[in-house]
Amino acid sequence: MSDIAIRVENLSKRYEIGRAGTRHDTLRDALAGLFRREGRGRSETFWALRDVSFEVKRGEVVGIIGRNGAGKSTLLKVLSQITEPTGGRAEIHGRVGSLLEVGTGFHPELTGRENIYLNGAILGMRREEIARKFDEIVAFSEIEKFLDTPVKRYSSGMYVRLAFAVAAHLEPEILLVDEVLAVGDAAFQKKALGKMGDVVNEGRTVLFVSHNMDAVQRLCNRALLVANGRIITQGDVKTSIREYQREQLTVRNAFAWHDISQAQRTGSGDVKFSAVKLCGGSLPVDAIFTGGPLSVELDIVSKISTSVSSMAITVFTPNGTMLVNADTISQGKTFNLREGRTRVQFVVYALHLSPGTYNLGLWLANHPGIIHDRVPTAIQFEVVEYGQNNQPGVRVDGLVPCSFKVEALDFVPDGDE
Amino acid sequence: MAEQSKRSPLYTSATIDVADVVSRPALIIEPARGHFSLQLDRLWAYRELLYFLVWRDVKVRYKQTALGVAWVVLQPLLTTLIFTVLFGLLLKVPSGDMPYPVFALAGLIPWQYFAGALTRTSSSLVGNAHLITKVYFPRLIIPLTGVLSGLVDSAIGFVLLAALLVVYGIWPTAAILLLPAFLLLAMATALGFGLWLAALNVRYRDIGYLVPFLIQIWLYATPVAYGSTLIPERYRWLLGLNPMTGVVEGFRWALLGQEPPGRLFALSVTISVVVLLTGLVYFRRTERTFADVV
Repeated sequence: MSDIAIRVENLSKRYEIGRAGTRHDTLRDALAGLFRREGRGRSETFWALRDVSFEVKRGEVVGIIGRNGAGKSTLLKVLSQITEPTGGRAEIHGRVGSLLEVGTGFHPELTGRENIYLNGAILGMRREEIARKFDEIVAFSEIEKFLDTPVKRYSSGMYVRLAFAVAAHLEPEILLVDEVLAVGDAAFQKKALGKMGDVVNEGRTVLFVSHNMDAVQRLCNRALLVANGRIITQGDVKTSIREYQREQLTVRNAFAWHDISQAQRTGSGDVKFSAVKLCGGSLPVDAIFTGGPLSVELDIVSKISTSVSSMAITVFTPNGTMLVNADTISQGKTFNLREGRTRVQFVVYALHLSPGTYNLGLWLANHPGIIHDRVPTAIQFEVVEYGQNNQPGVRVDGLVPCSFKVEALDFVPDGDE
Repeated sequence: MAEQSKRSPLYTSATIDVADVVSRPALIIEPARGHFSLQLDRLWAYRELLYFLVWRDVKVRYKQTALGVAWVVLQPLLTTLIFTVLFGLLLKVPSGDMPYPVFALAGLIPWQYFAGALTRTSSSLVGNAHLITKVYFPRLIIPLTGVLSGLVDSAIGFVLLAALLVVYGIWPTAAILLLPAFLLLAMATALGFGLWLAALNVRYRDIGYLVPFLIQIWLYATPVAYGSTLIPERYRWLLGLNPMTGVVEGFRWALLGQEPPGRLFALSVTISVVVLLTGLVYFRRTERTFADVV
């Protein structure tokens, strides 16, 4: 039995919605409910998890993927003992640590130093353990100078870095991690991901919920695909990710407006991409050609008036490698958005991509720190070969095509030396 | 050595941790069955978190106030002053063989502790919702924090009283040895009611409005500004129904050596204990839904 770290059997979690007991009821409601028959009496139930079973061996790193609301976080919450399952059971062998959020329990009035201790204790670290790792945590967070400043005076980037630094130094035998890598700026995300890689290399057992397929692929041995509270696929990472992407893909024709307001995303939500449409430029055909232009029209719905310094369209391969990142930040351009809907157009003059299927991602952020909206897969599109002189060419592999020439420079006949 | 090998990536954890796994029972997560347990062992395991939360409470409470810790001194001092003028001088409430200010402060210390602890405890779960929905720890820690963090203020109250006793030249009697017991009773009473209110507050936010009002009325029903002897003999048992009567009278006995609390006390203590026990059961029963409801 000894090599099993987590065993989950028929785990289920039911929530009751639309009934007394959901949220912030008042006694008056409860009393009124006694006298009223219709409406409140009927409870609607919703299974956030349904008969979920799986096993994780010691030292395994298992990714949990799926859309928002699929039940991934509920699964972690049940395994972390934050909420109780409605049915089934789970067995956990070893000291568990869970990271559902970074900076849990940070108090704005307390200094960085004080918050390290407080947050560490909340995450389940012992005081001497925190003291031992204190310098490491501070170094990782890069906030040495502000250690004795109340965290309410921190920039959002500093706050997040400190919070992640504490969390990253948690050393349980079994680690349950929710999407915590999607914090901070790109450089810090890279660092965070690197730290996760270290954790994995130390041979710890990890359950890792993420929307970042690249990270899942890099870190995990296996992946579970969760949808509607059930496990759809469990197996090697590639299969699960492919399955996930197929499930994601609800749109086919990229050349019409697509509502993406319900798409899988992360971010503050103040400003969101609501619709997207591709155009191939001036060509009469609805297609994106190798070496041709790519134009993307976007609708952005904003609840606030703000200026964004980083708006980007990104092109990913189906397994999540970013190939193109057209980010306004590289041009130092700030976009002013007013409350309401704004339509913008991105034009990539020439897209040097080999024929194949690609994912278009969208990004909207205010540097540094605030990610308004990040949609990893807004739509999928096809790039086709148009060929020289509008003639289809011979297909070669390699992700990025190039224009090239070749000529002979010199000739030395055989045996002339 | 063992520590080192655990860190080394060369060892797979399967080879080194087997003994550990065998010795440690697996954590089982399943829907709660009928049996009731306080899970004191888990509470003990999380004692450091309790310490840090109490520390946070105390630290934050006075951090942004201009007068800071001075508030802890001013509050009982000013209340004693007002009580002395109003009840001692104007209404001439009897205070036994003690000067009225001493009599009032000895009653105010447990009362203000109780009022503060009850206020903090009843809103503690709602106030720490972000913790409850994101991290596991025995939920009892949260109301316990509210009960413990108030003790710091009380300590300052005691110093104040000691000063007052010196001024009046009053020496404590042997009864002062019982003070810790009464302090414990005050904590148990605050925790008992606090547990009920905190758990109810998760579901019914009305509790937030109810508590200040409740405390206001409760003060009049407790012999803080007056002694229980003020109440006619045959109605005095009514006062005993209030668990705070036992606490306040007990404090006066221990601190000032006034007459020991009588039968009223037994009734008060019984009610405190019942409220604490039922509070614990109710809290543990409802705690598993806190994260879903709060």
